[in-house]
Amino acid sequence: MKKRVHRPTQKRLSDILIDILVYTVIFLAVVVAAYPVYFVCIASISNPMAVSRGEILLWPKEINFMGYEKVFEDARVWIGYRNTLFYTFSGTLLSLLFTIPAAYALSRKETPFRQPLMFFFTFTMFFSGGLIPTYFLMQNLHLVNTIWVMIVPFSVSVYNLIVTRTFFQTSIPEELFEAARIDGCSYTRFLFQIVLPLSKAIIAVIGLYYAVGYWNEYMRALIYVQNKDLVPLQLVLRSILVENQAVEASSLGSESRRLLADLLKYALIVVSTLPMIILYPLLQKYFEKGVMIGSIKG
Amino acid sequence: MKKKPNTPGKPSGPSFSLWKRCLQYKELLLFLLPAVVLVLVFNYFPMYGIIMAFQDFVPSKGILGSSFVGLAQFERFFRLPTFGSLIGNTVKISLLSLVVNFPLPIFLALLLNQIQKEKVRKAAQTLTYMPHFISVVVAVGMLNVLLSPSGGIYGGICKAFGIKGVNIFGKLGAFQWLYVFSDAWQHTGWNSIIYLAALSSVDPSLYEAATVDGANRLDKLFHIDIPTLVPTMVILLILNTGNILNVGFEKIFLMQNPSNAAVSEVISTYVYKIGLKSAQYSFSAAVGLFNTVINFIVLLFVNQVSKKVADTSLW
Repeated sequence: MKKRVHRPTQKRLSDILIDILVYTVIFLAVVVAAYPVYFVCIASISNPMAVSRGEILLWPKEINFMGYEKVFEDARVWIGYRNTLFYTFSGTLLSLLFTIPAAYALSRKETPFRQPLMFFFTFTMFFSGGLIPTYFLMQNLHLVNTIWVMIVPFSVSVYNLIVTRTFFQTSIPEELFEAARIDGCSYTRFLFQIVLPLSKAIIAVIGLYYAVGYWNEYMRALIYVQNKDLVPLQLVLRSILVENQAVEASSLGSESRRLLADLLKYALIVVSTLPMIILYPLLQKYFEKGVMIGSIKG
Repeated sequence: MKKKPNTPGKPSGPSFSLWKRCLQYKELLLFLLPAVVLVLVFNYFPMYGIIMAFQDFVPSKGILGSSFVGLAQFERFFRLPTFGSLIGNTVKISLLSLVVNFPLPIFLALLLNQIQKEKVRKAAQTLTYMPHFISVVVAVGMLNVLLSPSGGIYGGICKAFGIKGVNIFGKLGAFQWLYVFSDAWQHTGWNSIIYLAALSSVDPSLYEAATVDGANRLDKLFHIDIPTLVPTMVILLILNTGNILNVGFEKIFLMQNPSNAAVSEVISTYVYKIGLKSAQYSFSAAVGLFNTVINFIVLLFVNQVSKKVADTSLW
């Protein structure tokens, strides 16, 4: 009798221990992941002196917006922002326009050359011509130093194409297609009127993947774009954040100039990352679905 | 699929019916056209340019006009005094990344899966994968300001405790760890989603049956959760090892400075510098090709091994 009473409580004790362990580790992981971002946010509106003295830990001190004023005074930031907004919008639109119909065609069994085409696409994930041959191609096509090089050449991501195809294959019921076919519905109409409304989740996911890709793209610009009027935000960020070309020579002493440069960096990080951070809770509920589909092979 | 009877009197055969099928499904082929053209031009056409790795390529003469030199460019690469350190740095950073960043998402997913309260789990998940959306440039910029000895988090902690901070970026040994752990910070949460998705597909009755049989939470973890993840783990491991020589150009290039050049120069940054900065096109193309081929061979090899050992493979 005694044993029967005793065992469940003991079990619960071990459960509690595991829970304590799990919650502690998860709490630490969350702090490690989120604290640097939070710190940048509070440091961007605090007095830089207090930041450098190590007084800013949980709350901002002596709130001011000087860093943001400095950021918006910088013409490079405006130009970069404008260009990146353009590249992100037009690039994402173009990518979706090319990826979705192709993915739909690849999801249909009756498409001629379906298997060879799948191989044609996936092979490029593992083998490429390399940097130099690609550079010469861009040069021969007169794409270097144009806006096109930022949006057209790599607008179809094979990974996103395959994820979308898998989604169509697994979540659009074949019966719908047969019913529409009997009514004389063309593939184009079927795609626009039936498939797309049923695929909001996947369009949101790959749209976000593409948008984040365009927003964060910097290597392509580094290689192909030298024109100061065409550079995206990320290249501007590189010169300010990484190469330290921050504050123009002024009457300030070196110490206060460094502090001001730091403040400007914090504000710039917030300004440049904000759009992605805003976009992401809106589309968040779709992510897991997207990643899950991506993991299905076939 | 229904077979269409051939019209009598017309030539038939495989080529004819294939042509007919193409006509019949021309809409679907049109859907594919833009994507096929883009990939053909921008992914396949540069593969023709690989020829220049076997030439002494002069841009004004083009590929057809430049003279062939056989494997001379490759020999030059192998004889390079920095050849050993280039390969060494690349492999070292890559392996370190693999060892740290392959298991971390698995641990995180297993832990998150232990949290029964749906809302708490979702919140923890959301916060851990937020850094994934930060660009490489911003991430490296954050490393620079946050770990500077005179400001940021590190400098602040040093001052609060009255220690004199060191310049972490000037330390040779710190480079790889900065690279690997900043990657862990950015991507562990995101990479755990795929494992969490696999865990959520476990039939709940399996856990119930295990409880009835007297299994505790650890038993379930080891006998249900972990085996569930094995196929996903193998696939991701194959893909990661296939990229062993492809350490991210973007981040390393941004993190490079004269004081860490000895450990931070990897194949991809070298290809960029000799190719686009010093215009040694053929040599750079040869080094790039070497990189691609080794990766491809490793991928094929790992894929074959895992096919035999774990019965899981990419194709």
